[in-house]
Amino acid sequence: MSTAPPAPRGPRSVEVLRAMIARPSGAIGLTLVGLHLLMAVLSPWIVPYDYKAMDATITLAGPSPAHWLGTDHLGRDVLTRMMLGGREALLVTGTATPVALIWGGLLGVYLGLKGGWRDEVAMRLVDAFLALPGILPLLVLITVFGSGGEVLMPTLAFFFGIPVIRVARAAAHEVVARDFVSAARARGHHPLDIVRRELLPNVTDTLLVEGAMRWSWMLLGFSALSFLGFGVSPPKPDWGLMISDARVYMSLAPLGVIAPVIALSTLIIGINLSADALAKTLGLDRSRKAVI
Amino acid sequence: MLALIIRRLALGLVTVWLVSVIIFLGVEALPGDACTAILERDAHGEALEKCREIMGLTTPAFARYMEWSAGLLTGDLGVSANGQERIAELVGYRLRNSLLLAAGALGVGIPLSILLGVVAGLCRDRWPDLLFSTGAILAMTIPEFVAATILILIFAIWLGWVPAIVLTPADAPPLEFFPEFILASTVLTMLMIAHIMRMVRASMIEVMAGDYVQMATLKGVPHWRIVFRHALPNALLPAINVIALTVAWLLGGVVVVEVVFNYPGLGRLLVDAISDRDLPVVQAITMIVAITYVGVNLVADILSLALNPRLRSHQARRT
Repeated sequence: MSTAPPAPRGPRSVEVLRAMIARPSGAIGLTLVGLHLLMAVLSPWIVPYDYKAMDATITLAGPSPAHWLGTDHLGRDVLTRMMLGGREALLVTGTATPVALIWGGLLGVYLGLKGGWRDEVAMRLVDAFLALPGILPLLVLITVFGSGGEVLMPTLAFFFGIPVIRVARAAAHEVVARDFVSAARARGHHPLDIVRRELLPNVTDTLLVEGAMRWSWMLLGFSALSFLGFGVSPPKPDWGLMISDARVYMSLAPLGVIAPVIALSTLIIGINLSADALAKTLGLDRSRKAVI
Repeated sequence: MLALIIRRLALGLVTVWLVSVIIFLGVEALPGDACTAILERDAHGEALEKCREIMGLTTPAFARYMEWSAGLLTGDLGVSANGQERIAELVGYRLRNSLLLAAGALGVGIPLSILLGVVAGLCRDRWPDLLFSTGAILAMTIPEFVAATILILIFAIWLGWVPAIVLTPADAPPLEFFPEFILASTVLTMLMIAHIMRMVRASMIEVMAGDYVQMATLKGVPHWRIVFRHALPNALLPAINVIALTVAWLLGGVVVVEVVFNYPGLGRLLVDAISDRDLPVVQAITMIVAITYVGVNLVADILSLALNPRLRSHQARRT
């Protein structure tokens, strides 16, 4: 829990970032994430080929000077598709994570402060939603709505916000018992004022670490959905989809699988290492916390 | 103690009931129903009316919920949307196969992960710890389908030791799933070990730093006896809940792994049902998973209450 004064946001975030880079896990993690973001932003201009361009004469070719990582079963350049393959995932999860964090965090803090029957009812609902593990609830919604980015973004934001409620509520509970909240209550502040001025600054750190972890899990979920064929629709390049397509021809062209596997793994490992460094920097060690 | 168990049981039942309401209402509130899902573009006019009549969608929602949940209680899961098959029959063997896969993973995974966790905890910050912990982080961060694909590439294609996918039909006797079964359960075991091992390691370190361990050392109790007799039972208590959560995670992770290995379990049935937009089957499988999840967590809660008197008095004081 941060006891730092509510200093202006800028300097503190720079300070935290600097402290993260000082740790080996943070340095490696942030570098990996940074490189991936850079690749996602720049790739449309630097890819060697068109990601849709098929060439029936060179299907499943091995690496060559023209195609560094070979081609897939439709003769499309693997390097091009690998470089573009993270864009959709990063866009969808990058939007859905903050949304999940904000709605889950606000609701959780509010429940933690308010308590009472609302809290009890909400927590039972949260339990019920969490009884559907992993990507199951997403799959149910996809059955009804169909797949695609415009469905996935709100769905992911909704379902990944639910566990955040619980975390934010627990963090708020710790703060609510402190003297300065009682003082604010005694001064007659409005509950919303208390949430904004006393609770939120004190739970932001917890929420940030939670958000970083949620991001990596969301990315896992997204690529699993793509892999199962319920995420990004072809011919758009996506790592999950590429692995699922290329896996059939794995014995002929292993690079078609290995390239997206490495791209996806490095991104997720990068996010995890960064989250770890962030938690340690902010003094919130997650090692004892259960995994959901 | 009994009051606590009853309370947990009641909470579990409430959760299951809420899940059933969410699943039912969720599908109800969303635009479209089982019929529009199956018929897709042809969902209008006469065809839609007829389908709704066959599926019994013309009765009010509340009556249908009562019928559906009553069916669930008696084990009657209804009929699937397209084949008009009984879902209970469809699910039966596949549930068994999925449980078989999970049992294989758990049977190997739990003892192994406890062993690795204890070793890592005792050798804190020395090479076994660094090796296992790094391995655990890798296993936890890499998606299941990636791990599965890599294993297939190495063991089935490059080394050729085991077949890559399962071609056995769903209703074959369990022994026929070998040796294809091995790779699939290895993937699950790997991921599971990572979670449990980290927890056991952390609590082992904490317990070994305790006063009573120091006391025992000073008294001259042999090291192995301290570890196994004094420290381990205490270190395992927090692991019970993590094991339960891991089992629950296994239920979700199993979906992807089953698809990768073409294993005829519940997960693959679910994915097929989603592709066919077969809502009744999806609803039934989701309910089964939710009930298993709640059940496993309930057992873990009761187990840790029974094994840990401290938790009991602490809980009693708090509630």
